[in-house]
Amino acid sequence: MIRFVLSRLLQSLVALAILSVVVFVLARATGDPLQLVLPMSATPEDYAEARRYLGLDRPYVEQYLSFVRRAVTGDFGMSIRARRPVAELLQERLPNSLRLAAFAMGITLSIAFPLGVIAAVRKGTGVDRIAQVVAVLGQSLPTFWVSIVLVEVVAGRLQWLPAGGNEAGLASYVLPGFTLGWFVVAGMMRLLRSGMLEVLDSEYVKLARVKGVLERRVVWVHALKNALIPVVTFAGIYFSILVTTAIVVETVFAWPGLGRLAYEGISSRDYPVIQAVVLTTAVIVAVVNLSVDCLYAVIDPRIRHAR
Amino acid sequence: MPAEPVTPDALPLPDVQVSAAREARGRRLPYFSLGIVTLFVLVAILAPLLSPADPADQSLRNRFKPPVWMEGGTAKHLLGTDRLGRDMLSRIIWGSRVSLAAGVITVLIATAFGAAMGLVAGYYGGRVDVVLMRVTDATMSFPVILLALILAVTVGPSFTNVVVAIAVILWARFARVIRGQVLTLMGLDFIAQARIAGAGAWRIITRHLFPNTLNTLVVLLTLQIGYVIIVEASLSFLGAGIPPPTPAWGSMIAEGREFVTSAWWVSGLPGLAILLVVLAFNLLGDWLRDTLDPKLRQL
Repeated sequence: MIRFVLSRLLQSLVALAILSVVVFVLARATGDPLQLVLPMSATPEDYAEARRYLGLDRPYVEQYLSFVRRAVTGDFGMSIRARRPVAELLQERLPNSLRLAAFAMGITLSIAFPLGVIAAVRKGTGVDRIAQVVAVLGQSLPTFWVSIVLVEVVAGRLQWLPAGGNEAGLASYVLPGFTLGWFVVAGMMRLLRSGMLEVLDSEYVKLARVKGVLERRVVWVHALKNALIPVVTFAGIYFSILVTTAIVVETVFAWPGLGRLAYEGISSRDYPVIQAVVLTTAVIVAVVNLSVDCLYAVIDPRIRHAR
Repeated sequence: MPAEPVTPDALPLPDVQVSAAREARGRRLPYFSLGIVTLFVLVAILAPLLSPADPADQSLRNRFKPPVWMEGGTAKHLLGTDRLGRDMLSRIIWGSRVSLAAGVITVLIATAFGAAMGLVAGYYGGRVDVVLMRVTDATMSFPVILLALILAVTVGPSFTNVVVAIAVILWARFARVIRGQVLTLMGLDFIAQARIAGAGAWRIITRHLFPNTLNTLVVLLTLQIGYVIIVEASLSFLGAGIPPPTPAWGSMIAEGREFVTSAWWVSGLPGLAILLVVLAFNLLGDWLRDTLDPKLRQL
């Protein structure tokens, strides 16, 4: 088990190292940021001065190495646009994103689990059909469009909830959290339903029933435990979908999170911010994947011994 | 004594195909989704003939005309006009080209590459498999939109960039599923028999493994088209997709966003178009999965 975890950890580190190079190169390729920062009247000398000041005149390899050295210690340099340390921006934005993601995940789990399990148990009934509709609509409605409609109707016309920002406490989480969670609900519910259908048909579930185990226990303990395996396998992908969707949702709902920071950073060619956001996201994704792999190995012993 | 001829029953055909044929006979065709998909494909192909006006024609005097069924609507603009007085119906018709082309081209590229990777990983196994699957996992966990946004500012937003950005990530989903299927197939006798008969790697992969993954590929392909259409629209909405003069559904929604209260149709109708197309592709994909490959698990 320890060897398994260590080898996975090493693989994640290699992946992160490769990614950091890619990010560095791509960020350098996004055009000259100075054009956005310096005034129109700036002379070529001003440009040279600013370039030297920001360290953009040094060779790329040197820039990369110093970037890595400092990134490891959490120093991502200064934001070119906000003129503040990027680390400070991250500290401000990251918790907001994590809170929103946690809220969305909570919504997802509390809808997807009961709905997926009940849909499988009562296959072909009304509940099952409602679940299918929820799933298909969740995957067919563009998130940003749902956001606009919700902002207009719930926040605008009905004035029930705030339209954006995160100042209104729990109420401000409802709309973005719901929008963010819905897309994932669809996929998770489907997987759970198909997994449950397969498991409910298996010998050991029949045996449990024959033994006289309560039906509730058969479904929610015996069957669910094994139906969870495919869901856990896909957990990493769900997470990357969540991150992707978060950029859109945070932008529409003016949520001061990492996704919006990415959007702002890219539209103003703020290299240090782009690098920091992409790397932070990558580290989070890598940690999530690593924990998923370990969790998977704990649930399903076949994985542990296969390698 | 001559060897006994191998009867067809002795050849373990993958059960997928047998049950597929059996089930297909008992199932009704999904007329709704087939109809919508066909309709939009035709509209996209025939856009120059069908659109009543030039989608770029502005007429500031006719701004925000509502659709024909609402008060103040005219038959000249069946679905109303936008902020610059451009005909909504024509823009939606031309927008279908962008969405469908992006969906189909991206998915085809991703399928070709992903299937190749999956076949190779599954066939060779061992180290090749471990490396390829790690690459797949890493790719899959990279947020598509982040890459597309970076590309958009790097090289400027364009149709090609959208397709490249999505395909570069999407192939991994295909690779993973196909690899899993190849692993199962590799354990079956017909592959061993092909080997004994002297078939090389290339022949086994192209003649024996690939045809047996086709059902799954068709299902995945259909389901992913809808997803790609949504991602493309999200990118256009964020301003990192198809650049403005070309009508794209996502950017139309973004343009109408400020006027949802007074002129809902500017954002509402393109959104409805996306919903219809994606819904149709998803329902079609679901039907194909139930018919061709009921055991397939996907997102």
